[in-house]
Amino acid sequence: MDTKPDSSSDNNHYWHPIASSTDLTPRHVFHGQLLGRELAVWRADDGNVNVWENRCLHRGVRLSIGVNDGRELVCQYHGWRYANRTAGCTYIPAHPADSPARTICNNRYPVTEQYGLIWSAESALPATHNSASVPDIDPGFLNGSITAPVADGDLNTATIRALNTEREIDAGRLLVLRPIPVNATIDIVSTVLQSYGYIHPLSNTPVHCAVEARDTYRHTTQVTPLTANDCIASNANPPAELIQLHFIIQPVDSARSVIRGFMSGSSTIEHPTTWLQLHNAALSQLRIVAEQQMQAIIPPAAWEVSITPVSESLAKMPGISNAAATTQRVVVRAITDTAKDIKSVEMAAITGDLATWQPGSHIDVLLANGLTRQYSLTNGPGQTDHYNIGVKLEAESSGGSSFIHHSLKPGDVLTVSPPRNNFSLRRDAVKTLLIAGGIGITPLLSMAKALFHSDLPFELHYFVADNSHVAFKSCLDEFGKAANIVTGLDPTETNSRLQQLLAHYENAHHVYLCGPGPMLDSAKAIAEAHSWPDESVHFEYFKNATEVSQDKPFSVALARTGITLQVPAGETLLSVLRNNAVALPSSCEQGACGTCIVDVIDGTPLHQDVYLSNAEKKRGNCMMTCVSRALSDSLTLDI
Amino acid sequence: MLRVQIASTMAMTETTCKDPVIHNHWHAIAAIEDTGSHVHHTRLLGEDLTYQASTARDTSDSTGDHEFAVSRTAAPDKLLPVHCAYGYIWTCLGTPAQPLFTLPEYAESDRNNVCACSVGVRVSAPRAVENFLDMGHFPYVHTGILGEQPHTEVREYDVEITEDSNEVIATRCRFYQPQAAAGANEGMLVEYVYRVPHPYCSILYKSCPDDESRMDVIALFVQPVDEINIRAHALVSVIDATSAPLAIRMFQQTIFGQDKPILENQLPKKLPLDPRAETPIRADKSAVFYRRWLSRQGISYGVIPAAA
Ligand code: FES
Ligand SMILES: [Fe+2]
Repeated sequence: MDTKPDSSSDNNHYWHPIASSTDLTPRHVFHGQLLGRELAVWRADDGNVNVWENRCLHRGVRLSIGVNDGRELVCQYHGWRYANRTAGCTYIPAHPADSPARTICNNRYPVTEQYGLIWSAESALPATHNSASVPDIDPGFLNGSITAPVADGDLNTATIRALNTEREIDAGRLLVLRPIPVNATIDIVSTVLQSYGYIHPLSNTPVHCAVEARDTYRHTTQVTPLTANDCIASNANPPAELIQLHFIIQPVDSARSVIRGFMSGSSTIEHPTTWLQLHNAALSQLRIVAEQQMQAIIPPAAWEVSITPVSESLAKMPGISNAAATTQRVVVRAITDTAKDIKSVEMAAITGDLATWQPGSHIDVLLANGLTRQYSLTNGPGQTDHYNIGVKLEAESSGGSSFIHHSLKPGDVLTVSPPRNNFSLRRDAVKTLLIAGGIGITPLLSMAKALFHSDLPFELHYFVADNSHVAFKSCLDEFGKAANIVTGLDPTETNSRLQQLLAHYENAHHVYLCGPGPMLDSAKAIAEAHSWPDESVHFEYFKNATEVSQDKPFSVALARTGITLQVPAGETLLSVLRNNAVALPSSCEQGACGTCIVDVIDGTPLHQDVYLSNAEKKRGNCMMTCVSRALSDSLTLDI
Repeated sequence: MLRVQIASTMAMTETTCKDPVIHNHWHAIAAIEDTGSHVHHTRLLGEDLTYQASTARDTSDSTGDHEFAVSRTAAPDKLLPVHCAYGYIWTCLGTPAQPLFTLPEYAESDRNNVCACSVGVRVSAPRAVENFLDMGHFPYVHTGILGEQPHTEVREYDVEITEDSNEVIATRCRFYQPQAAAGANEGMLVEYVYRVPHPYCSILYKSCPDDESRMDVIALFVQPVDEINIRAHALVSVIDATSAPLAIRMFQQTIFGQDKPILENQLPKKLPLDPRAETPIRADKSAVFYRRWLSRQGISYGVIPAAA
């Protein structure tokens, strides 16, 4: 076979085995190869199996020499981290302050786990791949080989199959053969396999199997059990039970194959070790024959694999991410009371995978009553099959939190934005201080989980009214001494506690603050008084509590677009831009989230946001278009 | 089909260099101090070479230095141009199109010049140069020596291509280094300057712990054995009266030994010049300039040229 088999066929989803399930030992990365393409195959701690291109997007280093930390795969060369399941890049150590662009996502291949084998296919998955939609591994081929029913149509089909397989293996009805690598083409291996036979271990006589080739890759035959009884009187008393023997040839490259296989029976296969040994010996013989036949032909050229180019925007040294917003639909999986007036809401994708997030990310949730609200994700690293948020019932709620508290139920469908991160976590701190007030715990929880999991030093101080207000208690308990819950302090006491916490700044220490406005304001002032540099103090407000004025009209010149617009009193800069078809991403639209930031080339902005630090405001070279205006008569913006 | 396959097999073994720029460049092949008067063998640009200290040779030929004789193994009587510089023997398979770049520090009398090592690596020459320019890998690959977690940030630096000498130069490069100076027990930011004066050579200047006004020099001269195999030659030139050459060698061999397995696991082995082949970040600015600079010179050996 000279041409690569799958490239010319329509059947892009032809499943091939690439590993035994037992090859994917915990925290290990298995180096696989299919149709010439190298694959990095790894199982996360949650059981999910990832099959990725074996190449870091950054500089092409093999990911199979990377580190599987159970939730993320870390590249050896520069420490880029890629998330379980989505393969999205979550952290680039060379630029600790930035969140990686969402489009940095490794190529993934379909995966399913059945019959003690890991299966994959040639075609790379689109970014939003639905693991439930991949076709079955040719059901006809394996008919009757597994006695337990294989559940289908479920969100987690692959997992259920894997469980069934495990049950069969445990019950001894499924025996996975040891893989035999052969330096020969699939055609040669297939031909040789058709004369498969073994030496019966008891009678010491050769047994020839009538191997039926379903196609080049798949071969089936039947064998009889090995009991002594059968052996003596096999002709007189044909055994009631037959065992099926399956071989699947893995096309590694044009001249390299692996024979994989398994035996399955309706009752326990006895003498598994003897079976493994005799197949191993017989296949090793075949291997010699196949490799001899290879000597007679000119070895075909290695199959070429194309490497998908990265997106155009990534090729130009990306900065901070904020890709154009597209929404995704999610289904509410669970709603639980985690504290007084606080609900924890877990959402899963309906189709495909959820967009990748990093600690500190938030999503916009479009509620059925027409409102949009921002909520921080509380997920830990590698938890990529759902989004989790914490929602507090606000007394003066205009309907967002009250809708979630009173009307939302499991099974409901919501529309959410992809995660945005304006509160990214640096992981190059010598020590990280996380200070939360009330529901401000949510982004910090995600950060704490990431730091905790990577063994990075941190302290989490969580200020609440009393114990009944402590949300996500069980997660906090995991952090042990690193988490400190502070209850029942009045504002003065809170201040003096913050004084203590922030009394000493040391080089490469960072503090992250999230909580009610007054608490953040005093924490920021205290940090400044104790000479914490601006770059070491990170904060996220729930909302902008400052009075925003819209009195003064001004004009704005757009340097790149080449137009000048008038912003009248009473209208925001963002809405004027939108009305003139200048698309800018935005999220909270009250000067708190930082999404709508633009660079200012000329003119003096009137900052009315709470996102920029004082130093950044003073520099005046960027502004939030949703609330900020101009002190000068006109502004020139870099858009 | 059969004939096509034979042709392609032949094309694969045909490794001589068709890139005129690389063909007519000087390339380092061995340390002078390692070269005796018996015959040595090496490979350059896919061709077998022999070389030796030329005591017995007739050196009436007019080009180059005459201390060493280098020739293709297949044509022993036709001597190749030879140039001795910076501790190494340089040769050229074609006609040298330009003189070898200058490295004036080498001649400073108070420097300790050490040919530190020559390490074989299964990678293309440009990948090795790019690794040399890269600070981001220090905490991960040279842990505890050139960098250390969590200090992973690559600060903004400047890169330019000089008009006069046609070199890539990166300045204001700063990176956190644990134990930057002997006896220091705290890490500090170390300043680096990188020069790429030759497609396959790079020179690193590093703030000198003993004398603030001067810089230590570490130079990488890559010998392209073929498109995807190299020997990496290192010259260390330091203002350090105390370190013995052996200590300097051990240090440099440790560093190269740490880079080798990473480089050998890079795919593809040739450096892709198409900007969309890989994902550069701001920290890779020098690599971005280097790739563009190779493209502009039309280099095709050891790289995958960008589609026109
Ligand atoms: S090559 Fe993987 S992080 Fe740079
Ligand atoms: Fe290195």
